Amino acid sequence: MKQTSPSTVLVVGLGNPDCGDDGVGPLVVRKLTGLLPPDVAVALPGGDVPTLITQWADFDSVICIDAAAFVTTPGRIHRSGGAGSDFARARPATSSHMLGLGDAIELSRMLGQAPRNIIVFAVEGACFAVGAPMAPQVAAAADEVASRVVAEVARLRARSGDSPSA
Amino acid sequence: MTTRTIRVDYLARVEGEGALDLHISDGRLVAAALSIFEPPRFFEAFLRGRGYNETPDIVARICGICPIAYQMSAVHAIENAFGVTVGGQLRALRRLIYCGEWIESHALHVVMLHAPDFLGYPDAIAMARDHGDAVRSSLALKKTGNDLLRLLGGREIHPVNVRPGGFYRVPQRSELEPIAEKLKQAYDQAIGLVRWVATFPFPDFERDYEFVALRHADEYPLNEGRLVSNRDIDIDIADYESEFEERHVAHSTALHSLLKRRGAYLVGPLARYALNFDRLPAAVRALAAEAGLAAVCKNPFRSIIVRAIEIVFACEEALRLIADYEPPKEASVPTEPRAGVGFGCTEAPRGICWHRYAFEADGTIRTARIVPPTAQNQPSIEADLMAVGAPLASEPDDVIRHRCEQTIRNYDPCISCSTHFLRLAVHRT
Repeated sequence: MKQTSPSTVLVVGLGNPDCGDDGVGPLVVRKLTGLLPPDVAVALPGGDVPTLITQWADFDSVICIDAAAFVTTPGRIHRSGGAGSDFARARPATSSHMLGLGDAIELSRMLGQAPRNIIVFAVEGACFAVGAPMAPQVAAAADEVASRVVAEVARLRARSGDSPSA
Repeated sequence: MTTRTIRVDYLARVEGEGALDLHISDGRLVAAALSIFEPPRFFEAFLRGRGYNETPDIVARICGICPIAYQMSAVHAIENAFGVTVGGQLRALRRLIYCGEWIESHALHVVMLHAPDFLGYPDAIAMARDHGDAVRSSLALKKTGNDLLRLLGGREIHPVNVRPGGFYRVPQRSELEPIAEKLKQAYDQAIGLVRWVATFPFPDFERDYEFVALRHADEYPLNEGRLVSNRDIDIDIADYESEFEERHVAHSTALHSLLKRRGAYLVGPLARYALNFDRLPAAVRALAAEAGLAAVCKNPFRSIIVRAIEIVFACEEALRLIADYEPPKEASVPTEPRAGVGFGCTEAPRGICWHRYAFEADGTIRTARIVPPTAQNQPSIEADLMAVGAPLASEPDDVIRHRCEQTIRNYDPCISCSTHFLRLAVHRT
């Protein structure tokens, strides 16, 4: 039977708030306080990415916010996602501590436990040192990402739970 | 003279940063050095001048996988120095939180880090295509272990609820009931893992190790016991320094621990199992026999089975502790500081974790010494590499590299704790 209930959504903020620009994911999640419908779940997994795989398996959609390596401009926002998106691993998994978001998504898909819709917002950072402050451009980008997550959640929830999103 | 060099810049699926150098001369392996180049972390220096109450939160930061080991060894050492005894349900809760750490750490290593070696996959992600059920079990077990850590420790990584004398908060029975249901499933998943890993192809290899572990009068050891070996050691943990010493070696930023009289020794699951087989519940001993293990296992590659056995034990023990749990009236017993020296030694998933602290009269830490399990196993890892690598010296580099990486992963080394990942180089001359 075709499922018609709204899509269940999990929003995940990845990163360490004590490591400069790496804290943009948790910062966006803080900015989302009171802005998301009450049935939208929020997670801050810290460094425990393997556990995230079992956690997001229960949702139709997941939106992840993470910092990305500096490529062109600190604070530049990248959005990836939709059916069949390729979240290629940048390098082989070297240790359990270093299981990255791309690894987690790939492993979830391999196990058939991946949410139908996976959206990733990545914000380019410049400094990830312990104790470093967040760059103003990255902190400013967090406001824009929060707004885009709110819109993304509304769009995903408007779809039924079995509809893949682009 | 012919020279051959194999180099692996970063060995996968271990914690921390290190390298392995193998030297092969005229087709003969002449040296194997586990080089740890991760910068020293100075935790012992950070602790000097801090208050005793800060210790559990500082030492928890040594490791994200085994923070309980560091917290438990620290609080036992503090209580030892101040003449405090923690018993009853507070002691049981400490044992319960340690079970959570064993479950999450062992489940991660057995399936995600070690199993791909035996089945010919580069990593667990590739392995998941053909062995999805095992990977799912591993993730579920890890989650259950983490849930236990979060419930008792406040959070799963670097828990914050452990203090000298007990805890800041203890759970009600009703809070433990949901986790008990998960542990019943975890128990079955762990038995499935034992049966799965027992089917792996294991190299025909044994070494005559000196096993060192805690031994308790009537428990499989976690928090307490005497330090014993399969040779002649049977000492109080306070006498550790009479038998063991740490040495600097040029190729490692982690100290090497050695028996003063005999050199390398082995800590961790193989040692615990061999020295405490009779302390395992009958059902777990029977499962070990079904998996092909005798009461003593000297094949380090079979340590993957012993780890899986210890997951089963930890699930069973956790369920027993929860069934017997009655919330204590107070979350901790009072601790009054006094000048003195205290010792703590507990069984981290990778082996004994020994602490010594000297305190001023107001509880300020004057000196701290922490001996993590991986530092203790380094000489034994190098001896294994020599023994495993010698017959392979004329084999292609890829063959040597694979078997040596697998040998190192037998130890589930936490290089991060011992100082921390591996570059492998084989030099042939």
